[in-house]
Amino acid sequence: MKKVIDQLVKAVGRENVFTEKEDMLTYSYDAAVLDSVVPGVAVMPENSEQLGQIVKVCAENKTPMTVRGSGTNLSGGTIPSGASGVVVLTGKLNKILEINEADMYAVVQSGVVTATLAAAVEKKGLFYPPDPGSQAVSTLGGNVAENAGGLRGLKYGVTKDYVMGVSFFDAMGEYVKSGSRTVKCATGYNLTGLMVGSEGTLGVIDEIILKLIPLPKARKSMVTVFKTIEQASEAVAAIIAARIVPATLEILDNFTIRAVEAYSHAGLPIDAGALLLIEVDGHPGQVEDEGAAVEELCKKLGAESIKVAADDAERDKIWAARRSALSALARLKPTLVLEDATVPRSKIPAMVSAIQEIAAKYKIEIGTFGHAGDGNLHPTILTDKRNKEEWHRVESAIEELFDRALSMGGTLSGEHGTGLAKAPFLEKEIGHSSILFSRRLRKAMDPDSILNPGKITGVI
Amino acid sequence: MAGMNELANRLKELEDQLVICNRCGMCQSVCPLYEQTRKESDVARGKLALLDGLSKNLFTDPDGVDKRLNNCLLCGSCAANCPSGVSVLEIFIKARAIIAEFKGLSPAKRLIFKKMLANPATFDRLTEWAGKFQGLFTKSEKNAQGTSCARLVSPLLHDRHLLPMANKPFHKTRASVDTRTGRSGLRVAFFTGCIIDKMFPRIANDLLDVLEYHGVGTWIPGGQGCCGIPALASGDRATFEKLVEYHVDLFDSQKYDYLVTACATCTSTIKKLWPSIYGGKASGTREKIRQLSERTLDINQFLVNKVGLHDMGTGVDADGEAVTYHDPCHLKKSLGVFKEPRQLIQASGKNLVEMEGSDKCCGMGGSFNLYHYDVSSKIGTIKQKNIADTGCKTVSTGCPACMVQISDMLAKGGLNIRVRHPLELYAEFLRNQKLIT
Ligand SMILES: Cc1cc2nc3c(=O)[nH]c(=O)nc-3n(C[C@H](O)[C@H](O)[C@H](O)COP(=O)(O)OP(=O)(O)OC[C@H]3O[C@@H](n4cnc5c(N)ncnc54)[C@H](O)[C@@H]3O)c2cc1C
Ligand code: SF4
Ligand code: SF4
Repeated sequence: MKKVIDQLVKAVGRENVFTEKEDMLTYSYDAAVLDSVVPGVAVMPENSEQLGQIVKVCAENKTPMTVRGSGTNLSGGTIPSGASGVVVLTGKLNKILEINEADMYAVVQSGVVTATLAAAVEKKGLFYPPDPGSQAVSTLGGNVAENAGGLRGLKYGVTKDYVMGVSFFDAMGEYVKSGSRTVKCATGYNLTGLMVGSEGTLGVIDEIILKLIPLPKARKSMVTVFKTIEQASEAVAAIIAARIVPATLEILDNFTIRAVEAYSHAGLPIDAGALLLIEVDGHPGQVEDEGAAVEELCKKLGAESIKVAADDAERDKIWAARRSALSALARLKPTLVLEDATVPRSKIPAMVSAIQEIAAKYKIEIGTFGHAGDGNLHPTILTDKRNKEEWHRVESAIEELFDRALSMGGTLSGEHGTGLAKAPFLEKEIGHSSILFSRRLRKAMDPDSILNPGKITGVI
Repeated sequence: MAGMNELANRLKELEDQLVICNRCGMCQSVCPLYEQTRKESDVARGKLALLDGLSKNLFTDPDGVDKRLNNCLLCGSCAANCPSGVSVLEIFIKARAIIAEFKGLSPAKRLIFKKMLANPATFDRLTEWAGKFQGLFTKSEKNAQGTSCARLVSPLLHDRHLLPMANKPFHKTRASVDTRTGRSGLRVAFFTGCIIDKMFPRIANDLLDVLEYHGVGTWIPGGQGCCGIPALASGDRATFEKLVEYHVDLFDSQKYDYLVTACATCTSTIKKLWPSIYGGKASGTREKIRQLSERTLDINQFLVNKVGLHDMGTGVDADGEAVTYHDPCHLKKSLGVFKEPRQLIQASGKNLVEMEGSDKCCGMGGSFNLYHYDVSSKIGTIKQKNIADTGCKTVSTGCPACMVQISDMLAKGGLNIRVRHPLELYAEFLRNQKLIT
């Protein structure tokens, strides 16, 4: 390790290399409920050149490395590989390099915070829609590496739909460019697609070219109150079936509503069985029409009341409250396991029932909220990891949640990635040959397994 | 090692508060320190993880954790923004005290806290001397902030632009005050606070004039000292408790409706930390603290809500002088007071112009500014730019500590912008109207 540290110091300067055990402890975890692992050294490059040098040092010494954006991922993607591992911090690679209004794209360094870019482009009348609940802190590099989704996935898609190109360092430290500044690009392999969702296992992302679209002219947000979560989930299915695509269609159960209200004081009705938070956007006329149609449908399906945000301030309050759901739930119990089961959207009512059955069967508390419009629910288990007996039941419940989602044609993860948390279950979803192919691909690109070992495909 | 076990055990007292942090990382978006350094150990999540490690006996020596724990402005931005409701500041303060007791205070701090701050009379005498001699060490500049520059190059002073100590501290000109309740029917006690007493007596004098004008009776007991936050922030809980007991007794001897202060830091210390951190045994003190802290109000709050200033014929004046306002962390994030100072500024006939990031920390952070001047200045430079961008010639803020920092930053930038407490603006307004002299 000493040799690696010396070489890193040479590459980036003493002030950007951290080795004290206290600092190492703060790079041993992310936002997932997994045991932490303490790395050997952390290093904070200030520019692309230094980033490349770091990869070269790791490649030469066959030292495993894990890139860390803001460490907010929920699947253990930034948990380091151990005392012989390097953690690479992208915090200072945080420059927006270009916002091209004529061609509607932005070029950013991978450490730019998502909300920073979103705000910068909105000032110019442009829109970067992917908005994970963590957007105030998560980085675009982390978003690309996790293929992060968000509240607007239903109408606007997720991160992968906006990545036009990435440049990255491969496992040998060579600089690779993929994609282009054009909307269409059909040359060569789609390396960009390969990098999106690769969780730092195929390359270290340096710069990203992101597609921008025009900022919608009008928006309307509303909170619809339902007596039961079944009614709310029926309404979700009905809205989609009516060929209406809201920008956002979020569901919150009573549990979540109460936790969120306690934090945000946004005026959510705490005795509601479930809420749908809905936003329609587009041209003013379209917003009026779709807004009215959604209101009517919800009423028909038993909505007790519908409250439309009067102005931007009220709108912001609703969405800020929604974004706090995960952390607000965390107030209730010491440990919170946020799951990411995703089903085809017509199966939302069935999945909601399945979650309730599982909670009853294993005698555990599960709050449910999520991006109902795109079938991405977040059943959230509230527990205390220190209670071993309960923790066992939780683990069984999680496995059953996965099984039920898969049996409905769903997926293990809608947006949080595989990381360490879901690596053991991956084969269940993609099958044996796909796992083998993935491992061969990885081996070919990273023969010494230095790039974020253990994640996605497990040990190779 | 036996020692470390004991430390770990004491830290376990905090476990129930520590486990609430689910490591979501949302505190990164508001931490002024993290914005500069991008280091995880600087943000609340990292510090909480370190304390957790210390309580689990993962370290063999508390120094490294202590150093990182102290690298913090105690601005409370993280706590105010934490969706999980982690009592971040309370944890940090309690942990600092536990570690300090375990390690023992440094000799310098022991001298400052135990010998100086803990004894208001000694403290007064020392600062009086400092006030007399400051001219030898600093030279005054002719600028809008009225700062001085260090004459001697001292590692602790750097190139600071210091606000001078007052020639005479407030308590020397008005040893104690006891005025009669007038038409308002209200009577307040005033907690002066060190910085106002020693650097801004003008604010205390304005306060007296304004309260008299509104027919509010004022009582200022003599012999006041420090609210205790500097000692507490350094982990010296004993001195803190001594000061709390001293003041609770001092303020217990007369009747009044509210205890007011013009210092955001003092208000938040009295309201939040006196009741939550005091663990002393003096009989009946807990209850007295509770009652006192419930009656404590920031002066802006008192004037706007209790005196009813906005109903008194003054109001928003778009033609008035443009003034921008900086939210002290201790006022907005700790106490949720941000409307009232703005209302007071508007009641003073000023045109309030919001700056970008008005509630972003100015970088002062008490002694943080002393020990980490570089980062403190970097944070302050953002504030300086945001103030300058408004084009205002006056910036107002409700905390004298912020006034010191902002003055330094503006003076450094050569900016012709004055720094005033909202109360001063209001007093100036009454004076211009010839309502007070
Ligand atoms: C409160 C909260 C709400 C959330 N809401 C959502 C949500 O709505 N939707 C959603 O999808 N996710 C959500 N997440 C999860 C998380 O925020 C996302 O996964 C996000 O994309 C992670 O970004 P990050 O910068 O924190 O990356 P990190 O957590 O630091 O890293 C994530 C992965 O990306 C890799 N990586 C990071 N940077 C690079 C790089 N430059 N090159 C190569 N690999 C890299 C890391 O090695 C790791 O495997 C939420 C998390 C929290 C705590
Ligand atoms: S302190 Fe609060 S905001 Fe920060 S990581 Fe912990 S829970 Fe999240
Ligand atoms: S108190 Fe302020 S400086 Fe300290 S960790 Fe919290 S936000 Fe950061």
